[in-house]
Amino acid sequence: MVHMRISAVMASGAAFLAAPALAATEGEKKGGMPQLNFESWGSQIFWLVVSLVVLFLLMKNVILPRIAAGLEERSEKIEDDLDRAATFRRQAEEAEAAYEKALADARAKAQEIAQGAKDAVQADYAAAVTKADAEIAARAAEGEKRIAEIGESAAEAVSEVAADTAGAVIEAVAPGMGDDKAARAAVSELLGR
Amino acid sequence: MATGPDGKVVIDPMHQFEIKPLFGDELGLFTITNSTLWMALAVAAVATLLLLGGRGRNLVPTRMTSVAEILYGFIRQMCTDVLGHEGVKFFPYIFTLFMFILFSNLLGMIPGSFTTTSHVAVTGVLALAVFCSVIVIGVMRQGIGFFGMFWVTSAPPALRPVLAVIEVISFFVRPLSHSIRLAGNMMAGHAVLKVFAGLAAMIVAAGLGPLVVLPIVGMMGMTALELLVSVVQAYIFSILTCIYLNDALHSHH
Repeated sequence: MVHMRISAVMASGAAFLAAPALAATEGEKKGGMPQLNFESWGSQIFWLVVSLVVLFLLMKNVILPRIAAGLEERSEKIEDDLDRAATFRRQAEEAEAAYEKALADARAKAQEIAQGAKDAVQADYAAAVTKADAEIAARAAEGEKRIAEIGESAAEAVSEVAADTAGAVIEAVAPGMGDDKAARAAVSELLGR
Repeated sequence: MATGPDGKVVIDPMHQFEIKPLFGDELGLFTITNSTLWMALAVAAVATLLLLGGRGRNLVPTRMTSVAEILYGFIRQMCTDVLGHEGVKFFPYIFTLFMFILFSNLLGMIPGSFTTTSHVAVTGVLALAVFCSVIVIGVMRQGIGFFGMFWVTSAPPALRPVLAVIEVISFFVRPLSHSIRLAGNMMAGHAVLKVFAGLAAMIVAAGLGPLVVLPIVGMMGMTALELLVSVVQAYIFSILTCIYLNDALHSHH
């Protein structure tokens, strides 16, 4: 600012000094700078004041209120638009949240259904397995029983055959000495050991 | 610039600043002169721009509206920056000053036009109006304490009387520097342009044809510089007005 001031003053000073010298080359009609011709000051000052008053009144009463109103209107409009945009955004966010919730619900439900189906299948499977196990056990028991029966009857037959064979052997060796009861007891004693 | 009686080209850079009555020869208080005409044109140009620009009611501003609103916002911002929230009260006054000076300066750049702000009578009135309003507002706001700004309490007591003298002088020189700065800048630039133009004419008259490029290039540069100066000086005048008003509004103790 100071620099500007200094240079401005210097420039004006230079012009003040230079002007008369340059003008003097023409041979001088009026002399000096027109700026210092005080005859014209009255008219200049009068019309300047008129111009400034007119412009000031125009500014204060018409121009500035209009520009201010225009600016305010625009900023209000923009604010309204921003508000509306914010509302829409909120609505969109709400819609998104609702959608997310519905999606999550559906997912949970699907999971539930799948779990139910899985559980039912598991239960059926387990039931079938236990049933099959029971059947198998029953059959095995029956089989074992039959094997035991067969074994028993076979052993009986063996002891019968052994007693008969022993009797026959004794008959052959010493006829009339055979004692069927003793032979049987001896065989069962031998087999039972 | 004119052609002398012997047909020789002479440079008269001050001729452009002469005030001539538009009708008749008499130069009285109410005489309409070329200065009056260009003041009226400046007012009309400002009013046209701002009225057309202020009409904008659409969301996206038109160019005219943008220009008007940028000027409005710029000066309003300057007022509140320098003067605080109270600056809004002085905004119409400062905006009027700024627009009038800006358009007077810019209209003065039209070849053949008249630069009203190149006259100390005009800038002197503008500066004196600021100076008087500073004193009136200062006394109204701070009473006699306004003159306390000459008494620098932050300085050592022995220096205070000396500083008071300097402060008083600098205060009363303000309207002078405020007005001479603007008028001097406008006058000097226009005079230099005229000198370059006269030089070009002299070179042609002297039969040194091609050399005429030099002053023409000089004129182009000066014209660009003068456009800048026109805007900068309008800005300086209005920001200094704000700074001076700030003295009146706010005590510095």
